[in-house]
Amino acid sequence: MQLTQSHIDYWHKNLRLTAILLAIWFVVTYLMAWFAIPLAEIKIFGWPLSFYMAAQGSLVVYVVIIGYYAVAMRKADLEHGVHEGEDE
Amino acid sequence: MATSQKSFTQQLKKYYTFYTGGFVAFVVALAIAEQMGMPPRWIGYCFLFFTILLYAGIGIMSRTVEVAEYYVAGRRVPAFFNGMATGADWMSAASFIGMAGTLYLTGFQGLSFIMGWTGGYVLVALLLAPYLRKFGQFTIPDFLGARYGGNIVRSFGVIAAILCSFTYVVAQIYGVGIITSRFTGLEFGIGVFVGLAGILVCSFLGGMRAVTWTQVAQYIILIVAYMIPVVWLSVKHTGVPIPQAVYGKVLERLTEREKQLTADPKEQEVRKIFADRAKAADDKLKALPASFETERAAAAKKVEDLRAGAAPKAELDAAEAALKGFPASPDAAKEKWTKDKAGATARTAPPRPHATPYPGKDEAARDTARLNFIGVVFCMMFGTAALPHILMRYYTTPSVQEARVSVFWSLFFIFLLYFTAPALAVLAKFDVYTLVVGKAFAELPRWVNAWQSVDASLLSIVDINKDGIVQLAEIVIGGDIIVLATPEIAGLPYVISGLVAAGGLAAALSTADGLLLTIANALSHDLYYKMINPNASPTMRITVAKALLLVVAIIAAYVTSLKPGNILFLVGAAFSMAASAFFPALVMGIFWKRASKWGAISGIIAGLGVCLYYMVHTYPTFISWFGTTPMTKWFGLEPISAGMFGVPVGIVTIWIVSLLTPAPEKEVQELVDHVRYPSLAGDIDTRGT
Repeated sequence: MQLTQSHIDYWHKNLRLTAILLAIWFVVTYLMAWFAIPLAEIKIFGWPLSFYMAAQGSLVVYVVIIGYYAVAMRKADLEHGVHEGEDE
Repeated sequence: MATSQKSFTQQLKKYYTFYTGGFVAFVVALAIAEQMGMPPRWIGYCFLFFTILLYAGIGIMSRTVEVAEYYVAGRRVPAFFNGMATGADWMSAASFIGMAGTLYLTGFQGLSFIMGWTGGYVLVALLLAPYLRKFGQFTIPDFLGARYGGNIVRSFGVIAAILCSFTYVVAQIYGVGIITSRFTGLEFGIGVFVGLAGILVCSFLGGMRAVTWTQVAQYIILIVAYMIPVVWLSVKHTGVPIPQAVYGKVLERLTEREKQLTADPKEQEVRKIFADRAKAADDKLKALPASFETERAAAAKKVEDLRAGAAPKAELDAAEAALKGFPASPDAAKEKWTKDKAGATARTAPPRPHATPYPGKDEAARDTARLNFIGVVFCMMFGTAALPHILMRYYTTPSVQEARVSVFWSLFFIFLLYFTAPALAVLAKFDVYTLVVGKAFAELPRWVNAWQSVDASLLSIVDINKDGIVQLAEIVIGGDIIVLATPEIAGLPYVISGLVAAGGLAAALSTADGLLLTIANALSHDLYYKMINPNASPTMRITVAKALLLVVAIIAAYVTSLKPGNILFLVGAAFSMAASAFFPALVMGIFWKRASKWGAISGIIAGLGVCLYYMVHTYPTFISWFGTTPMTKWFGLEPISAGMFGVPVGIVTIWIVSLLTPAPEKEVQELVDHVRYPSLAGDIDTRGT
């Protein structure tokens, strides 16, 4: 099993995407929680922003992150020829 | 095969659409029966037995003797359905019943569970699911064994998997026992075993295959049961049937109401009475042992005085009861008064502001609250990405890409419930604060009296300042009531209460199924087949697996019947343990080729060790069980978040020890490449048989 340059690029692309998505995850989770007190001053539709994020906003971001990852990786699989055959 | 997979999916869609329709018809039929005079208890029975019968039916239809079918449902569960099954597997009694109640009681602080139990799926999706699917065997110890070469790591994997799954399953069976006993009037112990039967019919004959298809059915029931009452309550208070979108306005009104109640003189009067009681208990405690005699004499004298005078009977009865219940010894008195003091002190505080993050009297208290919020988020997230019964589900999809999509559907289906729970908590709280508080005792809503008589620990309202009006400070409410009583609070017929109970039961049963299967598989597959008898025939392996499932289930039910304590803590503890033991070794095994066998072994021991050490020295129940000496909490972090120390210790240990020991062999490096790419030319094959 010999890895080609394309394989290595694929893996690096995956690592980069993973790192970016985890950074977003970190911001909406931990940075938000850390600054929850000042963020509570901002109000949207009746919710203090930190309450809204913890109850709903961050959750929506999580769903989007996972959905985006699945779509982007499918594309990368095809580009780098590591996608699964139809019989998998 | 591609076309057969497609028609399989079509068929599943057809079945489950019929099933959902059938279930709705069943509920409607019961609703009509209720209007025609069917007693509530029978409705409870109908829901209990009909749903268990249904699961049994699916279980029997899915029976199997094939190894791959038994362990991973034949690896052909479509992403969408695996998502639903994971949702049910995931959402336990703690989520279904406990979550909204925790939010009701703790406000913002409780949202840490909401974030932790959803955000963890980001880690599952990005760091684990696709790679584990490519590896494609049966259990999590399988992966550890293959990646780190040998049975030592595998055995640690087995021990850790059993430890956290067992802690978790006890909490689930406990939930099953509570629901069955409350809605049918059976005793708790009997409820546990009825529930156990329900769990076993799902998994015994068909293993993972049966569990998967019952879990899909259970998800449908639980989500319907959760949504109906909340939507109704939302219409009642806002006129809009989408609670998640409009409860912000209710939250604003609730915050106003909290301010009113904090300043209200009548409320302050009640809180003052509790402060006086706390002080009285404290004075008695300080005066021990002398106060023991004087207090007893005073109680006896009061009875005599009341007898001599023409006191009302109720007052005399109360005084007699107080004398009769007087502690037998100074030690017993100390215990009782300490408890009285704590109970009264807890009720002297004004209402906790629901929307405010980290309320506290000073900077230090706020910082501790913030740290504990982050601690819970951290441990629930990393625990999610390490609990074997969840990770195992991603072995069952047909491909790597399906596994990725499947995590998306999993979180989507979980999200539906979790972003509704905060809305439910706010709506229910608003209802209590405006429609119960301030009412005369004579005209309380009917559900209040009904639940008070069921269980005083769930709801008790006593007129403390004798003004005939309910003050907030006079209400003691248990978290679990929020979901259980919502149908009645919203003014819905009893059939919806039955539906909610069926939903709670579905949540608890489905999680318990997944967990029991994980434990039994760790024993039958990893311990028996991989380590003791590698030549066992497929028939033998299935037989052993089923026998072990039975044994584990009975042990778990026995431990549960001992009532080992707080459900939410048990669940949290399982997450911290799983995070500390598995997360570092699994993720570093995929992303760092250099991670070595001894690195993994020492990492699992160190991570789990630190986590357990912290828990048994800081959690009161564990301290009394194991007789350990209590210690000060590090940075004030609660024991439930012990994983916050365990995970970093595990990661650092693996890193250091790996660099000190020889690099893994070439085969292991190839295995890592193998799991990183969905498909490689000339690839090795690691799929389990």
